[in-house]
Parts: sequence; structure tokens; C-alpha cells
Amino acid sequence: MNAHHNASPPSSAEDAVTLTVDGRVLTAAPGQSVGAALATNGITAWRSTRKNGRPRGLFCGIGVCFDCLVEVDDVPNQRACLVEACDGMQIIGTYPQNERGQA
Amino acid sequence: MTPASDVLVIGAGVIGAATAYFATQQGLTVTVLDKGLPASGTSSSCEGNILVSDKELGPELELTRYSLGVWHNDLAEYKKLWEFEAKGGIIVASRESSLASLHRVMSAQSGYGVDVEELDREALREAEPHISPEALGGASYREDCQVQPMLVAAHLVRLARQAGARFVADAPVTGFLRDGDRVTGVSSPRGDFSAGAVVNCTGTWAGELAAMAGVSVPVLPRRGFVMVTEPLPPMVHHKVYAAEYIDNVGSSDAGLQASPVVEGTPSGTILIGSTRERVGFDRTVSTEALGLLARNAVSLFPFLERIKAIRHYHGFRPYCPDHLPVIGHDDRAPGLWHAAGHEGAGIGLSAGTGKLLAQALAGQSPDLDLTPFAPARFGEEFSGASTTVTEHTEEATA
Amino acid sequence: MSPAGNRPGNDGVNADVAVVGAGPAGLAAAVAAAEAGAAVAVVDAGSQPGGQFWRHRPETIVPEPDGRGHHGWRTYVDLRSRFDAARAAGRITYLPGLQVWMAQNYDGGFTLRTTPTVAGVPPRDNGSSVARTVVAPRLVLCPGGYDRQLPVPGWELPGAMAAGGIQAFIKGNAALPGKRFVIAGTGPFLLPVAAGVAEAGGQVLAVLESSSGSAWLPHLRAAAGVPGKALEGAEYASIFARHRIPYRQRSIVTEVLGTNHVTGVRTAKVDSVGRVRPGTERIYQGVDVVGFGWGFTPQMELPLSLGAETRLDADGSLVGVVDEHQQSSVRGLYLAGEVTGVGGASLAVLEGLAAGTAAARGRALSSSKTMWRHRKFAQAMHKAHPIPPSWQEWLTPDTAVCRCEEVTAGQIADARDLLDARDARSLKSFTRAGMGWCQGRVCGFATACLGEGTGNQGAAPSVGSLAGSAKRPLAAPVAIGELTALAEPAETNLQTKKN
Ligand SMILES: Cc1cc2nc3c(=O)[nH]c(=O)nc-3n(C[C@H](O)[C@H](O)[C@H](O)COP(=O)(O)OP(=O)(O)OC[C@H]3O[C@@H](n4cnc5c(N)ncnc54)[C@H](O)[C@@H]3O)c2cc1C
Ligand SMILES: Cc1cc2nc3c(=O)[nH]c(=O)nc-3n(C[C@H](O)[C@H](O)[C@H](O)COP(=O)(O)OP(=O)(O)OC[C@H]3O[C@@H](n4cnc5c(N)ncnc54)[C@H](O)[C@@H]3O)c2cc1C
Ligand code: FES
Repeated sequence: MNAHHNASPPSSAEDAVTLTVDGRVLTAAPGQSVGAALATNGITAWRSTRKNGRPRGLFCGIGVCFDCLVEVDDVPNQRACLVEACDGMQIIGTYPQNERGQA
Repeated sequence: MTPASDVLVIGAGVIGAATAYFATQQGLTVTVLDKGLPASGTSSSCEGNILVSDKELGPELELTRYSLGVWHNDLAEYKKLWEFEAKGGIIVASRESSLASLHRVMSAQSGYGVDVEELDREALREAEPHISPEALGGASYREDCQVQPMLVAAHLVRLARQAGARFVADAPVTGFLRDGDRVTGVSSPRGDFSAGAVVNCTGTWAGELAAMAGVSVPVLPRRGFVMVTEPLPPMVHHKVYAAEYIDNVGSSDAGLQASPVVEGTPSGTILIGSTRERVGFDRTVSTEALGLLARNAVSLFPFLERIKAIRHYHGFRPYCPDHLPVIGHDDRAPGLWHAAGHEGAGIGLSAGTGKLLAQALAGQSPDLDLTPFAPARFGEEFSGASTTVTEHTEEATA
Repeated sequence: MSPAGNRPGNDGVNADVAVVGAGPAGLAAAVAAAEAGAAVAVVDAGSQPGGQFWRHRPETIVPEPDGRGHHGWRTYVDLRSRFDAARAAGRITYLPGLQVWMAQNYDGGFTLRTTPTVAGVPPRDNGSSVARTVVAPRLVLCPGGYDRQLPVPGWELPGAMAAGGIQAFIKGNAALPGKRFVIAGTGPFLLPVAAGVAEAGGQVLAVLESSSGSAWLPHLRAAAGVPGKALEGAEYASIFARHRIPYRQRSIVTEVLGTNHVTGVRTAKVDSVGRVRPGTERIYQGVDVVGFGWGFTPQMELPLSLGAETRLDADGSLVGVVDEHQQSSVRGLYLAGEVTGVGGASLAVLEGLAAGTAAARGRALSSSKTMWRHRKFAQAMHKAHPIPPSWQEWLTPDTAVCRCEEVTAGQIADARDLLDARDARSLKSFTRAGMGWCQGRVCGFATACLGEGTGNQGAAPSVGSLAGSAKRPLAAPVAIGELTALAEPAETNLQTKKN
């Protein structure tokens, strides 16, 4: 119907999207944001703060707070709440996986 | 009328704050007035470099080196308060011709005792691994350092208060109290304040204040934009600027100029400064200026192309036609002193200015001869400075 | 000299009326202006129309959204079909996925400079990730707002979210960010958030509202003026009953518990000024998401950068001053939606219609009775749900206030008390609160409050202090590589180029 960020959407809407997060493979529903893909897979923190090294994930959910910054396909500091998860995306966080809070 | 103090300082920017602090150290009683809060003028919209490398050889360099000593000695115990960092400066040349002029500047500076060392291609890359491949060589200035200017002003006001000074915020000075010729105090909406000596430390506004006292001090605004990047891990280790910067600083050209001046800060952001243009007190954002800063920065550090700017700001450097500040007593209005017009160097020069002026206020002969900075040194041709007053008032209420 | 690399093109778009935002206000403004005959350009950061209120799943995945969980969906469908029709007829140029990073006035008009919202990610589509510059003699700003926040110990833990962020997560992803929720703050907006969670299958342990139901009594008349709201209220009541959601008034979260993630919350009852009543503490364990909302903060940087006059609204927010046609103090600049006062989507639509019509120089819509009633209702809502005057007492010295720069309440109090930093701007200079990535969007209100101290103004900062923190010369981060393309003012050559 109009512009979107997905040139080659999955062939059928039911197809799950597969992305890699710090080497771990996750699936998400098509059209979900990267932040939602992470959160629904139990990963709720992926950024480490610069000063105190504290964990951060989604806060405002709408692109305002920049707490959810993450590297997407080699581009650092993308807002996970705004980027649509696409097949094959490589996501790299700055908060160590083993310390991650589990939902 | 509040009780008289020995010294009344108008303006709580870095210059006023340093003057007030050192006056208390001389045992003088001090009152500081500002139309707003501490550090609400140019001192909060600049960069905090204390530079030896870019100074004209002569009185300015002498004042700079004197000031540097004050930062390191008199103010040593407070360095942490204002994030003092002796990071050093590097001037980079990317053309054979500018490399040649850089070498000339370096040998002249060495003659004046400036600590400067040549950097060849490799040494430059060792010091700044992300520098442009086009950079041919440079010069390293270990004396150059950096502070957080707002914290300097605010803490010096606090330290002055601790030593007995009084600070009055939201007190715009609207006129001077006179006894015949003599200036004996000021009036403001917060009341009248009398003092043995009144010091005009109002930076870009100093011409306006002087005019209120019936004297002309030609301080004019020179606008500068600074761009701030997203916070990053350390990528730029010194204050890095291009060889052309030196010519630019001393120029009186009204047009837009900028040389890349790129530096990392303790908070991770990179400051990209700064343009210089004479457009009065115009606060309109100039896309031209932003474009110029961006192009220059990328030419020095190509990685910046993909980095995001998250903020920019601008300030108005207080400058005098001969690019030297006015510091000292104004013989045309006895009792009135000035310390203003430090242009793009007021942060670095503040410590020395404050200490020297305090010595003079206390009746001592200052460590450094202040004659080159005499307020009355300008002839009548510069009395046109008061034409800025109207623009100025507009900005003051903005 | 221009750097190597693929710099985004910056094709100009000329229009009679430019609109920023495609939420309720922006959609309405665009439709009204186009139907009044104007050539309209709409820039929106989102990738599809709807804004916050009508946020829905990507249309690429769900092409025919049914509007479940939405209010006023019929209005949306109507506006949307008119919007699509005007686009098809070439009267609306729609530019989604672009954030305006700067708006400028020029002689007799406005220039909008944009950057891709999801910058840097290689373009995956037909061009919405290419920056465009929009030039138009009239501009309607409808940038909406975001949840207003008050810091509380532990609120920076993952799992603590903006209440609106939880709702946006559900509406945009058809999923939940956790399982067991507590929603806290003040205002009627907490109800749809909790209802949305419950309807999506989450468990809401409690909704904590800092004010009390009796706070409504003096304003009943205004509430009665907007019957739709009563209906909505009844709907929430039945959802709350069905899911057994406890609604606790005069209650707050005093601490978010957890080490690396939310695990629970400590709550307490408060008196009428928000002071904790001793002995009323209670702990909710097993919470994985806590949502906070203290009303909304309108997004004011664009109106401020163009010099629009501002005022304080009844909720203490900085908002733009407009006349009866939604025109601001700047000629040709119209404001609609949250930026003229937080008042909900229905009011935003009415304002958008009025602004769009006026900006297109169409037949002026006289300020309608309905609009007036909605405004009355909004004012009543704000007065019934104030920021508790004693909120600063909830903080401990090490509570994070600025989340980006990790500045604590203690550091802010020191700067205020020792360095005379009494406004948000000085506090920013001395402590870095508000200097990080979000540029004070999240902490700006709280920092301004803290600057005032704990006295009477501690929940109601001044216009000056709020404006100081809301001034953001860059309305969005923009790559330096994009800025290198800025040279001579673009206006001159764009003037002649119609598209
Ligand atoms: C972009 C830019 C970059 C810069 N970078 C550097 C740098 O790296 N290093 C460096 O050393 N310098 C730098 N500078 C220069 C430096 O900022 C100034 O020289 C310095 O801040 C001047 O300080 P000041 O105290 O004289 O003036 P201000 O800080 O402007 O203080 C003047 C005070 O006077 C007050 N005032 C004005 N009128 C009245 C009145 N009627 N009554 C009461 N109070 C009044 C004002 O409110 C203000 O607080 C830069 C400047 C700019 C613009
Ligand atoms: C997360 C969230 C959820 C909400 N849910 C409800 C609810 O359920 N019920 C309710 O009554 N109210 C809700 N509100 C309040 C809501 O904002 C209003 O009711 C309504 O959406 C206001 O409409 P608007 O058109 O003014 O703004 P919005 O709907 O916020 O639309 C503004 C649009 O402008 C865009 N924009 C902003 N700045 C720029 C820029 N610089 N460049 C380009 N585009 C820009 C935004 O991306 C957005 O699409 C919610 C608010 C938020 C923040
Ligand atoms: S959650 Fe706030 S920007 Fe993504």
C-alpha cells in the first residue's frame, strides 16, 4: 500500500524471520521490530551504558530515548524499536550475553 | 543600598569568575552580579581549549603562557573540578605549502620558548591513528590543554563565595553610580551596589556596559558554531586542527571561515569546531556553517562521515579590532576597570587575566605588564562599537 | 570537497503546505489541506501513517488492519482513504521514514531538512531512505509527543518502560514485552495501556494511580461534555473487571527492584501532595515489566526552532500558542495535536482539520464547539491528574535522573545548591543531564523540576527552564556525511523546481 523498509518480504506472511544476535539464531514474526524480536525471545537487555556498564533495552518504544541502540548489519547505534527485523539480519549488542536479564 | 565592597564584578562568565576568585585571594571584599546565572553567556557556548599553539607571538602569547602557569600552579588543586586535561594539541598539514608554513611557524614559536615538536607522517599516525591518509605531517604542542568551561566559571564563583564573596543572580546592571567622574557602583533591578572598584567582565556585552559609563570599548561579536557528535569510544586523542586555522584566528574578515578543529571530550562526544563570522548577534542557524564544519571535519578524520551529529550550538566571541583583550583600569572613568574581549581564547586566558587584574586591584604591580591591553588604547575611530548596542539588547531578551 | 562514499541524494520537494507528522493531527491536516486544493507534502518519521494513537502492524504483513484494540478506528479509516485518494490524485506527496532534523524559516516560507529514520541501514525499498528537502510557504507541525517521566529508584533497569512504549510494542508487533506487568503513574492513559496488556494475554498485577478518583469531582461537568470519553471509561471498567485488574489510587511505585532486570516493585500509598504514607509499603514480586506514564510531553523542538511563542499548559507542559485557526505566533506556521496542548486523538484530528484548511487558505473552519468541549475535558483531566508536588521526595541521591549520561539526583542537587544551577540549561552545562543521545527528551521535565528545588515549584517548572531544555537545534541525530552536502542555501534553486 505504501513505502516500507522491506523490499523482499517473506513469501508468505506466516514465514518466520530469522536473525542472528551475537551469534545466536532467533526467529521473529515478520514485521516485528528488532527490539520486539529480541524481547519476545527473552532478551531484554542488549546495550551496556558507557559510564557504569549497566544493561539497557527498550524504554520508550517509539524512537525517543535511544536506550535501545544496537548494531544492525554493521551499522552501529540503530534504534532497535524502529528497525524492522528482516531475514538474515546480524544484530550485535554491547551488553554481554551471559549477564542478560531473562524475561 | 547594600554595604560597599572593595570590588564589584559585573558578569559571571569565566573572566568575571576568575577575577572575583583572585580578588578574594588578595583579601578584597567582592560582589559579583550577573544578569542571569553563572556561565550563562559565551562561556557556556564555546570549547574549553587552553591553547598555546595558535597564539600570535607577542603580548597574547605572553599572557597565554602566564595564564597556563596559573592553571597549573595557583589552581592546581581544583583541576578535577573542571575536568582539566593536559591532552596536547596537534596541527596537521595536508598540503606541501601548508606544511612549509607550519615549519616556519614552529621555528618562530620555538624562539619564543613554545614547546613544539615536529611530527612526520608516521609519528602523526601514531599519535592519531584515524587521521586522514592525506595528512602529510604535523606539529605537536604538549602544553595545550582542555577544561570544561562552564564548570570553571561555576566553581570559581563558588570558591569566591567560600572566600567571602557575594554572588547576585538575575541582576542586570542598568547604570553606573557616579560621584563626579568617578564610578562608585552600579544599579540593577536587584538594587544599587557600591564599590571601590567596578570591573566590567561582560564579554561580548562589554561595549554596551562601557557605553553606559560614557566610555567606548570596542568589543564586537564574532559568531561561532560548534557541532557535537554521538558519544564514541576514544577515536581522537588530542585537539587536532589544520594548519590553516592559525591564519584564520587573527583574521578580521567578515565572511564565513572555518578550519577543522576536532577533539574528543571525556564524555565521549567529539567536538567539531568552529566557524568564525561577523554577523552581529544573529542567532539564525546557518546551514552553510554546518556544511563547512562537516566537510572540514571529514577531511581531517574520514571516519566521521558515518558518525552522527546530535547537537550543535553557537556563541559570540567577544573581540576587539586588534584581537587583544582589554584588561585594566579605564582612566577615562576613574573607578571603572575592564576585563573583556578575549575573543576565542577567553577560557584559556581567564586564570591569568583574573590573577593579574586582582593584583592591580589590590594596588600591586601585576606580574605581567598590562599596557598592551589598556582599555583606552583605541582611537576615536572605533567608538562606533556602540552601534552593536541595539542588536545586543534584542539578543539579551531572546 | 566532498567525501567519498554514497551520500544520500537530497532531492527537493516543493509544496503549498508542508505537514510534519502523520498521526491523527498530521493526517487530518494533510487531508484538509489537499481537499482545499493545496499541493501538500507530508513528512513522517514512521514508516506508515497512524502516529502513536493509530499505530498498527506493518501493512506489508497485515494489509487490512481490523482496528481491534483501537479507538476511533472509523475516523482513521475515513482519513486514511481520503489521504490515499489525495496521494493517488497527486495532491499529497507522502514522505515516510524521514525525520526532520531541522526546520528553517526563509523569506516567506519554510524549509524542512530530513534524514532517514533508520539511517545507515542499507535501503531496502524504493527510496524512503533517501533524505529529501521540503520547501513550502506554509507549514503545519504535528509532531505529537511522548510519555512524560518522573525518575524513581531502579527505573533504568531493563523491563522498566514507558507506559506508551508498552502499548506501542503491542500495537506494532502483536506481541507482549513480558508476562507480568505493573502500570504506574497518573492519568486516564494508564487504563488503555493496562487494558491492552490484558487483552493481549499479559497479566496486570496492578495499576497504580497517584491521584484519587475524587480529584475528578470538581471537573465532572467538563467530562460530561465529551460523552465518548464516558463510553471509553465504561469499556475499560469492564475489561478491568473481566481480567481482575486491581486499580489502586493514591498509590505509587517507590522503587523498581532487580539487579540486571526488573523482578518486582515496591509500592506505597501517598497523600494528596504525593508524600508517602508510612506503613503502607507493599512489594509485588515476579514482575517483569513495569510501565510508567505521567502524562505526555509535547515534542517542542521544531516549533521552538522556528521561534513560535510558547506557554505552560494546565499539565505543566510547554506548548505552542495558537490562534483560532491553529496559527502560531509565526506567520504561516500552524500547530496541531499534542504540541498545542495534550488533549488526545479526537482533539488532535479537529485541530489538524482546522490547521490544514487554514494553511491551504481554504474556507476558515470556525473553532467548533466540539473542539472547545474537548479542550475543556483535557484541562479537567490535567487538573485531576497533576504531577504530585512532593514527587522529589521519592528520589534517593543515587537515583538516575538522566538515563543517557547516568546523572544522579544527588549530582543534580549538588549543582543546584553549590553552583546556583537553577534551570535545566545550567544543570545540563554542569552535570550533563540532558546532553546524551536523547538530548533531554526523557529527563528534561524532571531536571527542570529539580532545578526549582523541593519548594512549591518543584513540580511545575517555568517556561524558561522547560524551553531551555526543549531547544534542540538538531531535532534528530544526522550523519555528518549528510551534512557535508549542505552548502549554499538550497532555497534558491528549489524555488523554481516544482515536483
Ligand atoms: C564557538 C566558540 C568556541 C570557543 N572556543 C574557545 C576555546 O576553545 N578556548 C578558549 O579559551 N576560548 C574559546 N572561546 C572564547 C570564550 O568562550 C570567550 O572568550 C569567553 O567565554 C569569554 O568569557 P567572558 O567571561 O568574558 O564572557 P561571558 O561568558 O559571555 O560572560 C559575560 C557575562 O556577563 C553577563 N552580563 C552581560 N551583560 C550584563 C549586565 N548588563 N549586567 C550583568 N551581567 C551582564 C552575562 O550574563 C555573562 O554571564 C570560544 C568562543 C566561541 C563562541
Ligand atoms: C506511545 C504513545 C501511545 C499513545 N497512546 C494513546 C492512546 O492509547 N490513547 C490516547 O488517547 N492517547 C494516546 N497517546 C497520546 C497521543 O499522542 C495522542 O492522543 C495522539 O496520538 C496525538 O496525535 P498527534 O497527531 O498530535 O501526534 P502523534 O500521533 O504522536 O503523531 C506524530 C507523528 O509525527 C512524527 N514526528 C514527530 N517528530 C517528527 C520529526 N522531527 N520528523 C518527522 N516526523 C516526526 C511521529 O513519528 C509521529 O508519527 C499516546 C502517545 C504515545 C507517545
Ligand atoms: S526504546 Fe526508546 S528509542 Fe528505542
